[in-house]
Amino acid sequence: MRSVESLIFEKGAPGRRAATMTAMDVPTEALESMVPASMLRKEPAPLPEVSEIEIVRHYTHLSQRNFGVDTGFYPLGSCTMKYNPKLNEDMAVLPGFAHIHPLQPDSTVQGAIQLIYELEQYLAEISGMARVTLQPSAGAHGELTGLMLIKAYHEHNGQGHRNLVLIPDNAHGTNPASATLADYRSVEVKSDAQTGGIDMEHLKALLDANAANIAAIMMTNPNTLGLFDSKIAEIATLVHEVGGQLYYDGANANAVLGITRPGDMGFDVVHFNLHKTCSTPHGGGGPGAGPIGVKEHLVPFLPGPMPARNEQGYSWEDVGPLSIGKMRANKGNFGVLVRAYTYIRTYGPDGLLHVSQSAILNANYLKHALESDYEIAYPQTCQHEFVATAERQKEEHDVTALDIAKRLLDFGMYAPTVYFPLIVHEAMMIEPTETETRETLDYFVSVMRQIAEEARTNPEIVKTAPHTTPVGRLDQALAARKPNLRWTMGQEGTH
Amino acid sequence: MSYIPNTPEDQQAMLATLGLSSLEELLSPVPENVRLRRALDLPPALAEPDLKRLLGTMAVRNKNLDTTISFLGAGTYDHAVPSVVPHLQHRSEFVTSYTPYQPEVSQGMLQAIYEFQTMVCQITGLDIANASLYDGATALIEAVLLAIGPGGRGEVVISMGVDPQYRRVLHTYAHARGFNVKEVPTRDGVTSVEDLDAAVSATTAAVVIQQPNFFGCIEDMRAIEPIAHKGKAVFVTTITEPASLGMLASPGDYGADIAVGELMSFGNTMSYGGPALGFMAARNKYMRLLPGRLVGQTVEEGGDKRTGYVLTLQTREQHIRRERATSNICTNQSLLAVGATIYMAAIGKQGFRELGELCLQKAHYAFRQITAIPGYSAKFGSLFFDEFVITAPVSSHKLQRHLDQAGIIGGYALHGSYPDMENDILFCVTETRAKEDIDTLVSVLKEVQA
Repeated sequence: MRSVESLIFEKGAPGRRAATMTAMDVPTEALESMVPASMLRKEPAPLPEVSEIEIVRHYTHLSQRNFGVDTGFYPLGSCTMKYNPKLNEDMAVLPGFAHIHPLQPDSTVQGAIQLIYELEQYLAEISGMARVTLQPSAGAHGELTGLMLIKAYHEHNGQGHRNLVLIPDNAHGTNPASATLADYRSVEVKSDAQTGGIDMEHLKALLDANAANIAAIMMTNPNTLGLFDSKIAEIATLVHEVGGQLYYDGANANAVLGITRPGDMGFDVVHFNLHKTCSTPHGGGGPGAGPIGVKEHLVPFLPGPMPARNEQGYSWEDVGPLSIGKMRANKGNFGVLVRAYTYIRTYGPDGLLHVSQSAILNANYLKHALESDYEIAYPQTCQHEFVATAERQKEEHDVTALDIAKRLLDFGMYAPTVYFPLIVHEAMMIEPTETETRETLDYFVSVMRQIAEEARTNPEIVKTAPHTTPVGRLDQALAARKPNLRWTMGQEGTH
Repeated sequence: MSYIPNTPEDQQAMLATLGLSSLEELLSPVPENVRLRRALDLPPALAEPDLKRLLGTMAVRNKNLDTTISFLGAGTYDHAVPSVVPHLQHRSEFVTSYTPYQPEVSQGMLQAIYEFQTMVCQITGLDIANASLYDGATALIEAVLLAIGPGGRGEVVISMGVDPQYRRVLHTYAHARGFNVKEVPTRDGVTSVEDLDAAVSATTAAVVIQQPNFFGCIEDMRAIEPIAHKGKAVFVTTITEPASLGMLASPGDYGADIAVGELMSFGNTMSYGGPALGFMAARNKYMRLLPGRLVGQTVEEGGDKRTGYVLTLQTREQHIRRERATSNICTNQSLLAVGATIYMAAIGKQGFRELGELCLQKAHYAFRQITAIPGYSAKFGSLFFDEFVITAPVSSHKLQRHLDQAGIIGGYALHGSYPDMENDILFCVTETRAKEDIDTLVSVLKEVQA
């Protein structure tokens, strides 16, 4: 089972090649007459010299050394690793979507602008917002966009001095990182040990002490504990009273479709992670898309251009002078948007509601089944995910959340998100999603129980896991101490 | 249709284990004052065949580059993608995986990204590279933020030869983050060295030059480098057309500190401009300041000490460092990086150079043919790679309309970004344009006269 795949650079031989180039079908000119020697490359780039069969075997082998949703259960909390429909992949590579240039005249891309225009309407309805920009490339990019909108809004209202963003202690790391990038200072809000929601007394104290300087609060609801903060309407009122704005981190939106809307909860800005909620594939870390929805008062600040529709058809419209500008080149991750559009049209309104209901059922079903063997951080009804812990196993058998995560890999399943949220010791954040069968959930439970049993009777097998994967646990400390971030000629071969 | 496998009967049985009888009971934590008590106002669900018809109809309303001759570049380039690339890139073990946080079952993606980082170093001539960024524009921003440093307020000097969209994004970030941007004009299509010299000062944090620049012109980087480095600034080069690196001096050759840019055109589809593939390569000394993910080679902790790959130096990143992270980026463009990696392996050492030469020769052939038409002239005398600016006898708007009627897309009308360039149009000729396409363009242009 254990093996190593040598690097592509260690394969092939001088002169070997795969793809051939198109013919030089134009009369040529002497190179020196076009570019002087001093401006030419000194040495050819030492790219691999390999044949097509070597490439095919190499990357096929690599794919076989990689675990995806198509391989097995992927209960990675807050990442919403649901099934990625094949239909959506096929739609995204239609030549009319995949082979169009971003600067083509609007008249030649009517279908593309229509899709973007309609997707904006759908996302606005789902989130309860006035308008949505599809420009941001990912969730964190959306967060930054949203904070820039809030900043522009405050500046426009003579409130440019507001410099604080409240962020709960269980928030995603991107929230404070995005706040820094927007030149804001993050202030942590404690969560309530009982409800898992925001500690209202702490929030009120922070709002009182900093009323004039609060720019915004960033929240995820349900939060990273998988718990819906039932005080949300009150929180919105309190933050708005001091002049702050409410930002909704949509990472957990898979729990709210058709049930509640960020706009109705009182949020002013919301981002979607289409690669989570709308099932566009994660691609080993990306691409994603992080559209931003806003209430009416923030519309003038949106980045441009924005899609429009009139009698002539669809077009891109420049935005007004209050716009923050532009967040990236071109219009957004269109290929991802095609998949999200297809997803929403697949389900329709009743289907999307059923998506969230089913995700919530699956999470509660797992939580209930694991209660006998693991501590559950918050025992109440969860939404789309929950946090179990390895505290019992750690205390009694020195088996950690990491050990349990690694042992799960031996059973053909991915691991939960571990050690997050930071406020829960030995956290294992589990999100099954709606696309798993009851049998898969039952299998996961049986494996988790077996691991708990192993922790009691044979902890070594857990602590030294995984045993059946292509490689065993890797030396992270060495990787950080002596970083090797690229292959170089003459480097010792892989073994 | 639906991808929810459990039937109502399954769900009833699951609810029963929870002592519940309806899905609604699970929603009790959501208070009534925020519940949506109506159906979402969305179009009804469609079955797969109906969706295929719907999306197919929308797709054919777009003129695509398989069936239309295009001379549009301006930051997004059309390079042929060998069939081997999508076949391997789209293997679902890659497509449906998450960020490789569990390396033992993610060796495939980790190794592919390690190979990507290596190839980015090989083509840029720099020491290290990260695992990807959203696109060329945001990669430029990340380089500038690195140069400014945490809490910094330095000034950024950027050539007006840099893609106008990239500069717009830079201004957007600069306003929010609170740093100044000074733009340096071009002269005869390339960065004015005198103006650059005057703009760079002791407080300059970064000097940003695009190569080839937005007009397709080749900057004299050897003349620019000492100016960029006369203070403490980081010399950042932006590359939107990576095929140029097959022929032209690499950032490593001319002394750049950081190279950023766009690699979407290597092995990936254009997809109306996104998802794109931002990259960043740098000198070794910037290793611990780099944004985004880095894959490193290591060995097993025990046993046979086999080679393996992990995400490393993660203490730079948002999920560990939070508000003190080097960037807020989390999701990046891994799958596109896999595509670019397979592409670069497929064209290989020889093909990379041939690609550069094909683009260069074909563009120069087109340039000679077009500038020979009465009424059409070269805007600039500067050297160029595979794009060039032509002053037409009519407004570029009018010219574009005519080309459109003849079924040709492009080039790019420059007056939108450079208002004084009313009749100027940017043509791009990559290896994908056959001589026949170029000759067709020339004959259509001949028909358009003042």
